[in-house]
Amino acid sequence: MGQRKIRVLIAKPGLDGHDRGAKVVARALRDAGMEVIYTGLRQTPEMIAEAALQEDVDVVGLSILSGAHMALVPRVLELLRAQGQENVKVFVGGIIPDEDVPRLLEMGVAGVYGPGTLTEQIIRDIYAAVGELDRPLRS
Amino acid sequence: MSLAESVLQGNRLALARLLSQVENETEEGLAELNRLFPYTGKAHLVGITGAPGSGKSSLVTQLVYALRHPAPEQKPVRVAVVAVDPSSPFSGGAILGDRIRMRELAGDQGVFIRSMASRGALGGVAASTANLVSVLDAAGFEIVLIETVGAGQTEVEIARLAHTVIVVEVPGLGDDVQAIKAGLLEIADIIVLNKADQPGVENAERALRTMLELASARGTLSGNAQPASPQWTPPLLRTVATEGRGVQAVVEALYNHRNFLCQSGEWERRERLRFQTQLENLFQAALIKRLHETVSATEYGHILDRIVSRQISPWKALEILLDGVVQ
Repeated sequence: MGQRKIRVLIAKPGLDGHDRGAKVVARALRDAGMEVIYTGLRQTPEMIAEAALQEDVDVVGLSILSGAHMALVPRVLELLRAQGQENVKVFVGGIIPDEDVPRLLEMGVAGVYGPGTLTEQIIRDIYAAVGELDRPLRS
Repeated sequence: MSLAESVLQGNRLALARLLSQVENETEEGLAELNRLFPYTGKAHLVGITGAPGSGKSSLVTQLVYALRHPAPEQKPVRVAVVAVDPSSPFSGGAILGDRIRMRELAGDQGVFIRSMASRGALGGVAASTANLVSVLDAAGFEIVLIETVGAGQTEVEIARLAHTVIVVEVPGLGDDVQAIKAGLLEIADIIVLNKADQPGVENAERALRTMLELASARGTLSGNAQPASPQWTPPLLRTVATEGRGVQAVVEALYNHRNFLCQSGEWERRERLRFQTQLENLFQAALIKRLHETVSATEYGHILDRIVSRQISPWKALEILLDGVVQ
C-alpha cells in the first residue's frame, strides 16, 4: 500500500544571494503535504535540471530576484525537455516585470508569482497543474 | 522496454522513475524490483548516521568526492546517495535539504543522489529505503551511501540495512556516560569525530576512546577471549567535513572494513540478517493483508468490541483469528 506525494524541487538559479521567499514557499508546500527538495542558492540551470531528473519531481519552482529570468528560465525548460521531462511543471517566483510574464507563460512556464502572492494560491495552482498525479511513469 | 531493462542499460531517467515507483510501492514498482533482484548484491552499502547538524551531509559530499577522485592508480567507483529527511507528522510533507551541501557533486555522471522522506518510519530510514537501495545496487553503483535522518539514540535501523555504519559525533554533545549508553555508538563500524576544529574535541575524543576500550574488554570479561572471527575495533577518526580534512582516512577505513567483512564471513552474516529482517517485515504486512481479506470489517469490529468490553483478551483474540475461527 503505497503513498503518492507531490515532489517539488525549489531552486534558486543565478547569482542573487537571498532565499527567504524560496524558503517561505518551501515551508508552505511542506505544510500542504508535499515533499520539497530544497537545493539552496546559486544553482546553474544544468544543476537544477540534473536534480529534477535524479529526484523525479513533478514540479520545479524557480526563485529569481536578479532580473536574469529571461536567460535562466528558457535554459531550464530546454534542459528538462531534452532529458525527457517535458511533463514537469515549472513555476517562477520573484521579481518579474509584468511585460515578461506573458512571454514566460508562452515558453511553457505554468505560473509566475510576484511579491505578495498568497502561498494558498501557489498550492492551488500546483494541485491544478499536477492533477491527479496521472503523469506517465514509463520512460 | 520495461523500466528494469532501461535501468540495467544505464538510463538515468528510468532509474529515477523506478525509484519513485518503488518508493510508492506501486504494483509495477514491486514487479520490476523482483526482476532486478538477481542483479543486486554487488554494492557496498554504507550507512551514515548521527545527530541533526553533526555534518552528515557535508561528510557524505566529501566522501563521494574522494571516492570519485582517487589516487591516479585507482579507478573511481560509481556512487549513489540515498538521503533521508523526516516527514512532518502533521501534514505528511517534508523539506528534503540534504542536496544543499552536495553542490560540488553536480555534473558528475558517476554520481546519483536521491532524497527521500521518512514517511512516518521511526528507525532513521524510511520503510522503502531498503528497496531503493536495491534498485541502485542493481543499476551498478559500487557504493551506496545511505544518510539517515538526524538520529538520537534509538534510530538504529540502519545497522540492519548497511554493511558498514559510520556514526558521526561532534564535540560538546555530552559526557563519557553518554558514550557508554546503549544505542547509536553500539552500531558504529567507523566513528567520525566531525567539527574537529571546534572546542571540546579533546574531551569528546577521550570519552569515545574510553567507550571503545570498554567495548574491546568485553570479550575477555565474558570469558570469550578467542572470538571465532577476528574482532573489528571501530577506528575513531577526526574530520572537518566542510573543508574535506580527514576524509581520506575515512575512505581508507571504509575499504578496510569491507576487506574485514569479506575475510571474516561477516559480510554474509550481515546480508542474512538484512534479508531476515526484510522477510519478516514482508511477512507481517502480508499477514495483516490476509487478515483483512479473510475477516470482514464487521467481524473484525465485533472482535474489537469484545476486547474493549473485556469479554476476551487481545491474546485470546489472536488465537481465535489465527485459527481462522471467528465467532
